[in-house]
Amino acid sequence: MMGLFENFFRTPPSKSAALAKERLQIIVAHERGSRRSSPDYLPALKKELLEVVRKYVPIDQSQIKVHLDREGGYEILELNITLPDEEQRQGQPRSGV
Amino acid sequence: MATVIVVTSGKGGVGKTTTSASFATGLAQRGFRTVVIDFDVGLRNLDLIMGCERRVVYDFVNVINNEANLNQALIRDKRVENLHILPASQTRDKDALTKEGVERILAELKQGFDYIVCDSPAGIERGALMALYFADEALVVTNPEVSSVRDSDRILGILASRSRRAEQGDAPVKEHLVLARYAPERADRGDMLSVDDVLEILGIPLLGVIPESSTVLQSSNAGVPVILEDSSEAGAAYNDLVDRFLGKALPHRFTSIQKKGFLKRLFGGG
Repeated sequence: MMGLFENFFRTPPSKSAALAKERLQIIVAHERGSRRSSPDYLPALKKELLEVVRKYVPIDQSQIKVHLDREGGYEILELNITLPDEEQRQGQPRSGV
Repeated sequence: MATVIVVTSGKGGVGKTTTSASFATGLAQRGFRTVVIDFDVGLRNLDLIMGCERRVVYDFVNVINNEANLNQALIRDKRVENLHILPASQTRDKDALTKEGVERILAELKQGFDYIVCDSPAGIERGALMALYFADEALVVTNPEVSSVRDSDRILGILASRSRRAEQGDAPVKEHLVLARYAPERADRGDMLSVDDVLEILGIPLLGVIPESSTVLQSSNAGVPVILEDSSEAGAAYNDLVDRFLGKALPHRFTSIQKKGFLKRLFGGG
């Protein structure tokens, strides 16, 4: 008879699978997005650019921004280097900037 | 022309080697000359699952380093005709698996086999990348569990960007989902991601659902690929999977709770 009770008075379904699905959809979409917008070579490109600029101007990692965008059939590589103020540059060679 | 198939997943312990062993055995049973290669350099598991661990003399890395030829290293399966195993090396460092070396061995195997099944190690390190690099098709083994699904998605990204087909701009690696360790009654209760949930997230075609089954452990204990236990659910599921891979349109089984008759529901068997 226990079988009968178990079948007709089941505990309500828990919702942990729904939560798992929701979390996965968010994280997977996020990771796919970052995969697409930053190809493998971007970190290396950024590092090498930093080294070249540093030959002439003292800058740190946070002052160089590399961003790749897709628009229609085009890819746009956006490069942003913030140079330091004049005072901060004192003592450094000024030529070649 | 031989087809190279990688069995991969990202996450460990989801059933890659179990799937590789059964898939290769199933292809061979159906008459295709099949070789299954263990890419897990350093660990070596496939030989145990296939039950040929005591017959390993030379391995994959020996062949790459020209210390043995393929015929010396290939182990012929004793149960199934047309089936060979190329075991992984246990002791060498992982750098032994060079792209040139792997390419040369695969080219040689393509002469004598219809299907080359590459059993990938877990992770996304060299061994895993080498196992998938030359693949024409991929079986992505996933468990209905969050970290496994996420890692599978990661592997799909790598297949699409870092395989030889991707690098050379050829047709992409053909992807198949293998959902292993599935428990329909738990999915039905809402405790486990369902087949549809996983399909919706990963978005690749479903090749087979392998139910959670104690037979899988029993057959690995015995060194017998579970596909040979055809009276078991897992064995039947793998047989369906191989037939589907070869083009048969079979409905998916073991994805929903086995319906019990009314009397059985009332009087036991609960």
